Amino acid sequence: MNERLDPIQVAINGKKQSLEGSTNLAEILKKMGYESSLVAIAVNEEFVPKGRWQSFYLKNGDRLEVLAPMVGG
Amino acid sequence: MTNIKHEINNGSEDLWTVYGTTLQSRLFLGTAGYPSLDVMRHAIETSGAQVITVSLRREQAHGSGTSPFWTFIKDLPARILPNTAGCRTVKEAVTTAHMARDLFDTPWIKLEVIGDDYTLQPDPFALVEAARVLCLEGFEVFPYTTDDLIVGQKLVDAGCRVLMPWASPIGTGRGLANPSALAAMRQRFATIPLVIDAGIGRPSHGVIAMEMGFDGLLLNTAVARAAKPIPMAESFALAVKAGRQGFLSGLMEPRYGAVPSTPDLGLPYLR
Repeated sequence: MNERLDPIQVAINGKKQSLEGSTNLAEILKKMGYESSLVAIAVNEEFVPKGRWQSFYLKNGDRLEVLAPMVGG
Repeated sequence: MTNIKHEINNGSEDLWTVYGTTLQSRLFLGTAGYPSLDVMRHAIETSGAQVITVSLRREQAHGSGTSPFWTFIKDLPARILPNTAGCRTVKEAVTTAHMARDLFDTPWIKLEVIGDDYTLQPDPFALVEAARVLCLEGFEVFPYTTDDLIVGQKLVDAGCRVLMPWASPIGTGRGLANPSALAAMRQRFATIPLVIDAGIGRPSHGVIAMEMGFDGLLLNTAVARAAKPIPMAESFALAVKAGRQGFLSGLMEPRYGAVPSTPDLGLPYLR
């Protein structure tokens, strides 16, 4: 059995969530309703460029940061 | 509101260039702290600012659609200058810059690496190192720095083609806390665009900075937290223009002895 099919626990913006292990980052973000053009991603404090989302699979315990444009000085 | 035109007294446009981008306006405006996004947008439009600063923070809409903030700014005729506000290490700042480039599709980054929580003073060592890393990676770095000449030189050596010294700590509104040091910086970095960033509280502070020959002014709180942000945005635009035109027009040197401006010639004898 492909271990990717097992559910995984991850933290998304600090909030723990259970995800299907078989989905790549692009699919996860799409399911969560994020518009790809308006978020930037880091996993375990490392930047993951948009070009790698299709081939990037989260693993159990990963910490995902989903950042968006915000006011700033 | 007055439509701010950036022309000097001889009629020619007072253009300037940062990282190959030619600008008319010398005012950079922040987007934080306005009473509403609508007021923010009108303040930006009224100021004539062609560069606006933004940040990256955790997505709050939870996938419910386009960020309201982005909706308000995406069509403005201004370049986006994302910042690394809140970063305290080289790694944090570099990672945030990478994410900003991915999100905003720009090599511009306002580099902030804070070293002290009370003053929000930049950590000069981490700032220079982060600037070196980012410049090597092709970023066009706008470093938020102090008025320290050595740090300024090391930032230039790292590849920065603009420096952004503070006037005083962020959000204090104290104006130019150390004008002598800033004047020395202007003199030392005569060919580097210098943008005063942080601490500006009043339009008169902006006039002083521009009269000193600084190339631009970046501010946020003084406009956003004004009782009337939109007229205040116009006040700062006028202040920047007045100070710049004063600088270009040749300021008189101050002197101790009084000199009458009205001629003595023809003075009647009435004693």
